[in-house]
Amino acid sequence: MEVLDSYLYTHEHEWIHVEDNVATVGISDYAQNALGDITFTELPEVGGEFEQFEQLASIESVKAATDVYCPMSGKVIEVNSEVVDDPELINRDCYEKGWLIKLEIAAPDEKSKLMKAVEYTNYCENLS
Amino acid sequence: MTVSDSALKQTPLYKEHESLKAKIVPFGGWQMPLQYEGIIKEYTFARQEVVLFDTSHMGEFFIEGDLKGSGLDKIVTQSLKNMPVKTCRYGLMLKEEGGVIDDLIVYRIRNDKWMIVVNAGPKDNDVKHFQKHLNPEAKFCDVSSQTGKIDVQGPRSRDFLVDIIPDIRKLDYYAFDTFNVLGEDVIVSRTGYTGELGYEIYFPWNKTVELWQLLLTKGAQPAGLGVRDVLRIEVGYPLYGHEITESGSPLQAGLKKFIDWEKDFLGKQVLLREQEDGIKKKLINFVSENRRSPRAHYKIYSADKTEIGKVSSGTFAPYLKKGVGLGFIDKERGKIGNQVFFGEGRDFFAAEIVKRPIYDAGSLKK
Repeated sequence: MEVLDSYLYTHEHEWIHVEDNVATVGISDYAQNALGDITFTELPEVGGEFEQFEQLASIESVKAATDVYCPMSGKVIEVNSEVVDDPELINRDCYEKGWLIKLEIAAPDEKSKLMKAVEYTNYCENLS
Repeated sequence: MTVSDSALKQTPLYKEHESLKAKIVPFGGWQMPLQYEGIIKEYTFARQEVVLFDTSHMGEFFIEGDLKGSGLDKIVTQSLKNMPVKTCRYGLMLKEEGGVIDDLIVYRIRNDKWMIVVNAGPKDNDVKHFQKHLNPEAKFCDVSSQTGKIDVQGPRSRDFLVDIIPDIRKLDYYAFDTFNVLGEDVIVSRTGYTGELGYEIYFPWNKTVELWQLLLTKGAQPAGLGVRDVLRIEVGYPLYGHEITESGSPLQAGLKKFIDWEKDFLGKQVLLREQEDGIKKKLINFVSENRRSPRAHYKIYSADKTEIGKVSSGTFAPYLKKGVGLGFIDKERGKIGNQVFFGEGRDFFAAEIVKRPIYDAGSLKK
């Protein structure tokens, strides 16, 4: 299982990469692997505002459907249309090309509620 | 009910699945492979080439005795009377008070010898039911724990098997015979659950690994329960626990053609009454308007948002690149071409009721 050091993670297996007040959001390698072949992605509209841990997007695979939650509060400033047209991109490259949305973050303090890479790795290992 | 992993049984191929890095899930009391490399890849192999399924978890019984004298005829719904030796027939086993105990395939080995193949989950109940209702002169033998099983499925399965079983070409659809495979005389039938040409090989439990490895070496790809479900939903085959349930009706599930009304069988009175009253729900096949897939237990709505039924099975169909599924809805709403709806708010989406099978390009009878 791949976990990137510079990213933060949620208990629901989203990742967030924060650079200044803009953050990129996606789902982790653990999540894409657990879902299997992803077949459908529904993303929010640009301009939408979300609270931390509010439902943000829906992802479906051949045999499962799951909700994606927003790791930090903020406003959606960009969505990745490539993962809508080619949902399997998330399986192939969940941390780079398979990102879901970019967020203008509203409350940087909320980082304290997220896990760092080491912590997240331990968390995943204890799940199975 | 939660079954702890340690209580789950393993097929003779469990270690093979582990070494192939399969994702293992509990199914019907067994630890079974859900997928190996991925459902879509396995799907493409199944529809275009040849795949292997480990189905050793399923139950097999032998019954000796003539049709009437043994009591077998009254336990199953399908007509067995004029069934030729070396053929198979699909049917159901009903409770006297209504509801389905299991669906099953009967193999006629001799005039007075039969093999019954049942699902893994309800197997123990099936045994009890047979033992209760067979006549004392019938000989019943549960050979499930000695019998491994590999399904070889896909349009190339016949050409693929010729190397190992030269006479395989002579088997017609739903026929079987005994063949010598790896030094064992075993039953091979031309049956399956994919909508493709395919075979099921019954093999001694402790030698099933050897057969599995041989088939893999020759180029067949392993396929898991995930793709097995996708394939069968596309063809509209019912699955025990979804379309066939202990409280459900075989008439609503569209299984009337597997019922011999001319004979007596357990559960017939309930069906006759149901037939007379008219069924309220019917099983439909549907295709979503997009890639969104309805899942089992989703509610089905009409255009005016009235709840009209429930999804029994749903999946993404790689063939159409759309969601597809089966479900039970109010009978009068179930016409081909009608629209049905799922979800709420921004998750609301539509599907069209279509003819069964959704996937009709299979090699099943070729």
